[in-house]
Amino acid sequence: MISIKGLYKQFDQLEVLKGIDLEVEKGKVVVIIGPSGSGKTTLLRCLNVLETPTKGVISIEGNSLDFSKNVSKKHIASFRRLTGMVFQSYNLFPHKTAIENVMEGPIIVKGEGKASARKKAQGLLEKVGLGDKMTYYPAQLSGGQQQRVGIARALAMEPKVMLFDEPTSALDPELVGEVLKVMKDLAQEGMTMIVVTHEMRFAQEVADEVVFMDGGVVVERNKPEEIFNHPKEERTRKFLNMLQ
Amino acid sequence: MYLSSIYIEPKYIDIAKSSLQPMLEGAIVNTIPLTLISFIIGLILAVLTALARISNIKFLQIIARIYVSIIRGTPLLVQLFIIFYGLPNLGVTLNPFPSAVIGFSLSVGAYASEIIRAAILSTPKGQWEAAYSIGMSYSQALRRIILPQAVRVSVPPLSNTFISLVKDTSLASLVLVTEMFRRAQEIASQNYEFLLVYSEAALLYWIICFFLSIIQQFLEKRMDRHLA
Ligand SMILES: Nc1ncnc2c1ncn2[C@@H]1O[C@H](COP(=O)(O)OP(=O)(O)OP(=O)(O)O)[C@@H](O)[C@H]1O
Ligand SMILES: [Mg+2]
Repeated sequence: MISIKGLYKQFDQLEVLKGIDLEVEKGKVVVIIGPSGSGKTTLLRCLNVLETPTKGVISIEGNSLDFSKNVSKKHIASFRRLTGMVFQSYNLFPHKTAIENVMEGPIIVKGEGKASARKKAQGLLEKVGLGDKMTYYPAQLSGGQQQRVGIARALAMEPKVMLFDEPTSALDPELVGEVLKVMKDLAQEGMTMIVVTHEMRFAQEVADEVVFMDGGVVVERNKPEEIFNHPKEERTRKFLNMLQ
Repeated sequence: MYLSSIYIEPKYIDIAKSSLQPMLEGAIVNTIPLTLISFIIGLILAVLTALARISNIKFLQIIARIYVSIIRGTPLLVQLFIIFYGLPNLGVTLNPFPSAVIGFSLSVGAYASEIIRAAILSTPKGQWEAAYSIGMSYSQALRRIILPQAVRVSVPPLSNTFISLVKDTSLASLVLVTEMFRRAQEIASQNYEFLLVYSEAALLYWIICFFLSIIQQFLEKRMDRHLA
């Protein structure tokens, strides 16, 4: 169970998140949609504490961070491990092979042995359909393959929640499907996921809940069939019309 | 036309041959060790200085800036003279070789720190974030993710620093290190064949640098393996 309470984030003069409240139950998939600049990326980055929120409380499975108080670096590092982040631009480590990318966290951060980390990484890469590409360097992989390594790398840390920030929007259209499929499989296995995406099909098929954000607030949240077919708010309607 | 009519007296060939050995000896005993030792110490200094410059500890930043500014703003020869001829006035007397090592290391440290700093700063922000997102600390991210990539970017400019260093070691002759060029000076002062002997020294420097640039290309290729 994740809960976000009164989350604010300000960059210099610009207030980007203006009091976000959100709960996600264990094993659920929440898709966040919204116009450019509405703060979707910022929200995910706050959950992964790549940005420090100005104030607010985030709790994930009993671990909680209150940003109104001072939080120590150690606390942030341990909290960060509760979430796995998948980036729009993959951000694989270019000097490491696919399997080394996946093993890096378990070995360096968790202090796992090499042999067991390798075994686990192998399993994860097979799971994302890259069993035959383990010794390839990122530059030798397609975008879709790189993103699947990115997913495996995040999974290797055994996070409680997976965060996806537009995981397919840097991909050629024909490569989108393979990444979405991996995400669908993850959802079916019961992984808790928060996904920012423009893939409405994915939202319809996989999401338990869709959250519409605009201007740094949650405007509307509902089951996908409700929000897509009967949006309650004018702003949501406008945004959905614009997509068609 | 004129050149082709030069007749090379056997005497010159003998002189060239006989001066080769002491010069090579100077290279092997002094020039090359001086270069290698100074470069390695210099690189360590450079990484530390670069890290100090990008740290958010003001005091370290300032120390690093002052160091780089002094070394880059004063002639290497003057630095060597201060270390070898100047420090004895403070009661610190060093032998020629260690004096030269200190001078060259400080010099490499300052110049290379700028190269390494630029390379660290040129690593995409996403690399830091990916490292943090899997739970790494600053030092883990730096050591495992950022520095290896920065080193790759630094190889060509650092090779230039290295090649410059090989040539700069000839300055050590002025603080009495019997490296290759000092040997050349000793030989020429006896036989007065300045042109021949100094040209021979130049040729030897050129050959060393030529091999170094081949090693550089090899290193770059090796490190580019994964950038298919
Ligand atoms: N590091 C930063 N410094 C200053 N402003 C920032 C920073 N990061 C984001 N912003 C601003 O915050 C606002 C929200 O950005 P964010 O990336 O969260 O939007 P988004 O909903 O993800 O948009 P998109 O759909 O385009 O990805 C934007 O106006 C952006 O310019
Ligand atoms: Mg975004």
